[in-house]
Amino acid sequence: MSALNRKLLRDLWHIRGQALAIATVIACGVSTVVMSFGTLESLEITRDAYYEQQRFADVFAHLKRAPASIRDEIARIDGVRSVDTRIVEAANLDVAGMDEPVLGRLISLPRRGAVALNQAVLRRGRLPDGKRPDEAILSEPFADAHGLLPGDQIQATINGHKRRLDIVGIALSPEYIYAIGPGVIMPDDERFGIVWMGREAMAASFDLKSAFNDVSLSLMRSADKSAVIRQLDQILAPWGGIGAYGRADQISHAFVANEMEQLRSLGNIVPPIFLAVAAFLLNVVISRIITTEREEIGLMKAFGYSNLAVGVHYLKLVLLITAVGVALGFLVGAWFGRAVTELYADLLFRFPVLYFRFDLQIFAAAGGVSLAASGLGALGAIRSAVNLPPAVAMQPAAPTVYHRGLLNRMGLSKGLSQPTLMILRHLGRWPIRAGLTTLGISMAVAILVASLFFFDAVEHLLDIYFHHGQRQDATVVFSEPRDIGAMVEIGHLPGVMAAEPYRAVAVKLHLGARSERGSITGLDGETTLHRVLDRDLNAVSLPHTGLVLSTQLAEMLNARTGMRVRVEVLEGRRPVVDVPVTSIVEEYIAAPAYMRRAALNKLMGEGRLISGVYLQVDSQYSGQLYRHLKETPAVAGVSLQTAALDTFRKTMAETLNIMLFFYVLFGALIAIGVVYNSARVSLSERGRELASLRVLGFTRGEVSYILLGELTILTLVALPLGCIFGLGLAHVMVSNLNTELFRVPMVVAPATFAVSMLTVIAASAASGLIVRRRIDRFDLVAVLKTRE
Amino acid sequence: MTRKAADEHVGSPTAFSVRGLTKVYGTGEAEVRALRGINLDLREGELVVLLGPSGSGKSTFLNILGGLDNPTSGTVSFQGQEITALGAGGLTQYRRDHVGFVFQFYNLIPSLTARENVALVTEIAPDPLSPEEALDIVSLSDRIDHFPAQLSGGEQQRVAVARAIAKKPDVLLCDEPTGALDSQTGIGVLEAIEQVNREFGTTAAVITHNAAIADIADRVVIFADGALSEVRVNERKIPAAEVSW
Ligand SMILES: Nc1ncnc2c1ncn2[C@@H]1O[C@H](COP(=O)(O)OP(=O)(O)OP(=O)(O)O)[C@@H](O)[C@H]1O
Ligand SMILES: [Mg+2]
Repeated sequence: MSALNRKLLRDLWHIRGQALAIATVIACGVSTVVMSFGTLESLEITRDAYYEQQRFADVFAHLKRAPASIRDEIARIDGVRSVDTRIVEAANLDVAGMDEPVLGRLISLPRRGAVALNQAVLRRGRLPDGKRPDEAILSEPFADAHGLLPGDQIQATINGHKRRLDIVGIALSPEYIYAIGPGVIMPDDERFGIVWMGREAMAASFDLKSAFNDVSLSLMRSADKSAVIRQLDQILAPWGGIGAYGRADQISHAFVANEMEQLRSLGNIVPPIFLAVAAFLLNVVISRIITTEREEIGLMKAFGYSNLAVGVHYLKLVLLITAVGVALGFLVGAWFGRAVTELYADLLFRFPVLYFRFDLQIFAAAGGVSLAASGLGALGAIRSAVNLPPAVAMQPAAPTVYHRGLLNRMGLSKGLSQPTLMILRHLGRWPIRAGLTTLGISMAVAILVASLFFFDAVEHLLDIYFHHGQRQDATVVFSEPRDIGAMVEIGHLPGVMAAEPYRAVAVKLHLGARSERGSITGLDGETTLHRVLDRDLNAVSLPHTGLVLSTQLAEMLNARTGMRVRVEVLEGRRPVVDVPVTSIVEEYIAAPAYMRRAALNKLMGEGRLISGVYLQVDSQYSGQLYRHLKETPAVAGVSLQTAALDTFRKTMAETLNIMLFFYVLFGALIAIGVVYNSARVSLSERGRELASLRVLGFTRGEVSYILLGELTILTLVALPLGCIFGLGLAHVMVSNLNTELFRVPMVVAPATFAVSMLTVIAASAASGLIVRRRIDRFDLVAVLKTRE
Repeated sequence: MTRKAADEHVGSPTAFSVRGLTKVYGTGEAEVRALRGINLDLREGELVVLLGPSGSGKSTFLNILGGLDNPTSGTVSFQGQEITALGAGGLTQYRRDHVGFVFQFYNLIPSLTARENVALVTEIAPDPLSPEEALDIVSLSDRIDHFPAQLSGGEQQRVAVARAIAKKPDVLLCDEPTGALDSQTGIGVLEAIEQVNREFGTTAAVITHNAAIADIADRVVIFADGALSEVRVNERKIPAAEVSW
């Protein structure tokens, strides 16, 4: 090995602490990118492969009843590849230990040998025997929620008849990655489950022999989906079709797509910021390190090493450190990415298989950015060092010119000690260096604020939604719209403290070229349970006419107050009416639309019908109440707010929390890396000066004070600055994270600022201590004899 | 014998030819005229000692000879080639092929051992001594694997000399090589310089504040305030071993 390379390795070893800190910062930047995009990529290909293998349909439609012969007519629609007709019905399930009603969705299994779409994956047990009508398969999340296994039995009320079903298998379905019951907005695996049964058994139970009530289509690549949907709607209209829809409106798919979109937005914002911050820090630190090597550069040039050789030498040092960081980042990123993907796949999405893919381009981009940042940082510093004539470069850096400055002129310096003056003069002499260090530390604060704020935002959102907006304890959903009198009945049940009716209608809203499927919720004017809130969290009374849109829906339709939206009702007599938007309200979850219930009834051309009731329940009697409701045939289901809150935390929030956990972790590491490096570089820049002070008789404390005092000042300036940057980053995140399913409010709790700043303060203190220990152990003789 | 030694180089070809060399640092009020039009010829194989008060321009002069710095005006030619006209690349090549330096503050690379510090230079030289040979000349064979921090000042300076002579340079430029050393150690360093000068015919220029050292020179050049106040041939050149202070 050449002496030069040996020097390289020894130098590297000498600055190993710093090199490690730099490599850590790079690794954090790189691994965030690799992890985020790797996870996303893996989840997407896993989902797509799952869809592909299980033949997830492209178009879905539900209807009342159609004869089997209609199937051929549907198959003839241009662009349809295959048609699957099924029987899909609701049933009440009775699970031991559950007071509340549990809703089941019964789905007929395809006949043996038939081409089926939306195929379930059998996870345990077997398929039902065609000769045994009571055999059934349960969906895995539901079975898991209740601890049910093949061999167990459950009670079900099917079309009014109580039956005992034998569980023979457990399955997963691409159609129900998230199983969301009617009338609720969140998946709740305890209260809603999928049950597959034999086609014959179901046909017999629901009187649908040689008939079907549900269609799925897969389309050819070239097909015009909206044309297919239009034609399918025409064919099914006479048979009670309620509107076909594509994947985008298939609720499970929409949910999954939404979560992935959220991950993608998060991934598009945070990792690049991390990488940029890491690159910036790298650049600053590297150029400072090179600058301290000025004399050595001059010496090598004096021996006849060319600028190129010297440049390459230092570049090697820098790139070696960077390469270690990048490699570490790849490893950690791929490892975490895999772990996180598994977490998502198992806990949240329940994919039966899992594919990993880490895009080489992402690796290359992350590595390239890091190498370029450090290379450029080094090159700049190397260039200015090699451009000096060796005689100048080698001079033990000429005493820096300091000025007496403002303080002196103002006469303020009198009371200050010499060390304090040294700190202030040093800062004043190197304002850019001080500025960059401050900027670096503040970036660390900002990253933490922008990662942590998300937890505040979600808490705030939940608080608004569940404690200010939807204050009911339970929502009762009727199987069919019923007269308002039904509410009075329910209101008299034991434990009901307050009841409020609502009417929900499935609609398609059109404005200009845009249209969105959704529902309009009709509420009474003065409500106390489900309230519509304005920005200041005050309940607003719905206007007597017109439509109230949530911000999200208004954005999706590009609607503003006063515009007329075309409402196409998808149930009942299916009226189509133009309704003006009378106001827009902020809602963070879903994208609801509201009307006065009376106005909605009028629009529907119906009497005083309601779809269900919101209840406030005395928790002492809740068990009794739910058992009662379970026995009520008109009640399709009951959803509980506490369960909704839980599932919200478990699904939506969890998805992001897992990622955010890593972001916070990496953010903290970056903070530590930055501060430590700043301290260490200052130490090597000023080691000789400080050692000389020690020789002159200054105590260790005094000397440490000079260095650490400077770091303290820079950190103190950086803290508020970092909070401001953090707010800015949070704003960027908020505007990118809004999706149909939830909007992120711009809320940063004081605790978030506090934790972010404390983390950085702790990092500063720890770095300060390390540096202080080095100052204490200064070998005064060695420092003066050789160069650091 | 000494007389003869002094005359020995009279007929030798010129190594350095310095004409009208000036160096000005800074501008305006802060202007320092470090060199004010120096004219001097150094012959090949000659050993020259530069004397003069502090700040008189000796280091500046030597640095320009060595291609470490550029003059403000004037020319320096080495073996007929005008080095003051060379660019950065040319100067690098010049230093690499012809010049060995010894600095007052040793300037060893702290992370390399004695042997490696020498190797740093021999690796890029065309026909060098081995690091071991070079260190042997300065009698440091037993400290070969020590790091600079583990060597005394005199030992470090001898490593620096070994480093300078290892490439068998055509010129050896030494800026106060004994400034920080006691007389015994200093003499050891001087002997090494003398040996290279004698054995390889290396042209050597040695800056010193110690007038006694002038006795080992063929010629003595005395600086004063950026100019040459006196250039004299040393009538009684004596070996370094016989010098004392
Ligand atoms: N980089 C510089 N900038 C400004 N002035 C300089 C610089 N380097 C040297 N000088 C000035 O040039 C003059 C000559 O300096 P030089 O180092 O050549 O003196 P010297 O004869 O070697 O002195 P000493 O014996 O003390 O080493 C001095 O007045 C010095 O102050
Ligand atoms: Mg000098």
